[in-house]
Amino acid sequence: MATKTYAGINIEVNDEGYMLDSSQWSKEVATEIAKDEGVELTDKHFEVLDYIRNKVANGETLTIRGINKSGVVDAKTFYQLFPGAPLKKATKIAGVSKPESCI
Amino acid sequence: MKKLLILGAGTAGTMMANKMRKLLARDEWDITIVDQFKTHYYQPGFLFIPFGMYSKNDVIKPKSDFFPTGVHVIYSKIDKIQPGENNVLLEDGVVLKYNYLLIATGCKTAPEEVNGLKDKLWYTDIFDFYTVEGAVALANHFKTWKGGELVINISELPYKCPVAPLEFAFFADAFFTERGMRDKVNITYVTPMSGAFTKPRATKMLGDLLEQKNINLIPDFAIMEVNNDEKKIIDYGGAEVKFDCLITIPPNLGDELIERSGMGDDMNYVPTDKHTLRSEKYENIFVIGDAANIPTSKAGSVAHFAAEILEENLLCAIEGRPFTASFDGHANCYIETGYGKGTLIDFNYDTEPLPGSFPFPGLGPFGLLKVSRMNHYGKVLFRWIYWHILLKGKEMPIDSEMQMAGKKL
Ligand SMILES: Cc1cc2nc3c(=O)[nH]c(=O)nc-3n(C[C@H](O)[C@H](O)[C@H](O)COP(=O)(O)OP(=O)(O)OC[C@H]3O[C@@H](n4cnc5c(N)ncnc54)[C@H](O)[C@@H]3O)c2cc1C
Repeated sequence: MATKTYAGINIEVNDEGYMLDSSQWSKEVATEIAKDEGVELTDKHFEVLDYIRNKVANGETLTIRGINKSGVVDAKTFYQLFPGAPLKKATKIAGVSKPESCI
Repeated sequence: MKKLLILGAGTAGTMMANKMRKLLARDEWDITIVDQFKTHYYQPGFLFIPFGMYSKNDVIKPKSDFFPTGVHVIYSKIDKIQPGENNVLLEDGVVLKYNYLLIATGCKTAPEEVNGLKDKLWYTDIFDFYTVEGAVALANHFKTWKGGELVINISELPYKCPVAPLEFAFFADAFFTERGMRDKVNITYVTPMSGAFTKPRATKMLGDLLEQKNINLIPDFAIMEVNNDEKKIIDYGGAEVKFDCLITIPPNLGDELIERSGMGDDMNYVPTDKHTLRSEKYENIFVIGDAANIPTSKAGSVAHFAAEILEENLLCAIEGRPFTASFDGHANCYIETGYGKGTLIDFNYDTEPLPGSFPFPGLGPFGLLKVSRMNHYGKVLFRWIYWHILLKGKEMPIDSEMQMAGKKL
């Protein structure tokens, strides 16, 4: 566990940098986390982040398949928005926990 | 007469039919089980077919050998469940009523979900080994294959038996080495996970094994499509991997019947309480095996441990008592590592696979996260146990709840 300062607030994060208290999230916080991840946020990014925050708040699991079918963004664009490992990056920026890939 | 209806007579459904017939009075309870096929497939055996270790005959038996007397068996495709009305509709229009319903319809591969997968190279240069047809076609292909790029690719999570693709890679290394052509075969393991496996210690151990065996690992690869003309797989981020022979683990989806019934998530898995094994929505519906969305491995061993919880909870429900059993997600998987050796992992919802000994602390005979000859015998024995003990719902000398004794933190 560690504390980071984003947008002037102290925010608790886990070892991998995921926020522990999702209610501390704001657009400003997201913008700064995104910077650390090398992502410049646009309106489209925020649309996806909102979708992710809603899904997680409803206790639903996030999958690439689900995002592709969401109507918000297709999988290919999702990868372009959050290059590399999009699900991991997007959840970190959305201030929610990392999706568990349980197998 | 009250009715218990079981959908699916695979590993989980067959076990439950055997267990419940012993527990429920015959003059009060009618038990019916429905499946579309008359043949029971020992799916763990599919892994051995491509390498000529098992043939098709080693992995099939008539389902009828495993049903107890006093259970009605119907061979028919199930059309859908009408959960509000306590009805199940079969394909030919027959309607079955139930007081309690057990969903055990498993999951299956869906290659058509990935563009270009089931296309012109299907079963000529692209194979799966999660079906008996794929495993047999691959066995024939390997008999004359001259070598090249052998690519093993997992399409997406979850998929059943999460260690099977790794075992396939280890077997392939040994197989081509024994045939004196390992220098002509470059093996690459391409996975959507961030490493060889999900949890830290098993990932390290299995990742090291891949390296020792000279198998390349490409992590974080989410397949978008297969280019059949240029023989390569492409991920959403644009990364490409060329293949001469592609071994695919296609997306694993629950049966369409779940979708038709409006009871599944976006992969047709039924939302299920991970501890009680009851449907999250319907009080008289329980779900066991690969069909459930619970966050543990989709494996026969899991279904076996879950069955011991479910028989107790089903009785609680029937007798109107609070649930007394709680499933911990226990999974126990033998992993073949080639050359007559194997390793073993044992874990649950909360505890990752740890090193140690199993099932007897300090004694074994099986070693957790260790490579040994004994662990390979464990897997070989599993087939005998599966046919003779597991399916018949008999007791095994292993706790359904995962034990910490014998594990090292
Ligand atoms: C290659 C491979 C290797 C594996 N290795 C291992 C291993 O080493 N150890 C281990 O523990 N597990 C292993 N497994 C996993 C194991 O086989 C499964 O997890 C287990 O069989 C799941 O049992 P189930 O009853 O949920 O589903 P299944 O056994 O698949 O049964 C589902 C049944 O439902 C029927 N059904 C589905 N839909 C319908 C319908 N609409 N109408 C009528 N019938 C229907 C099907 O015909 C089927 O008989 C392996 C699997 C594979 C593919």
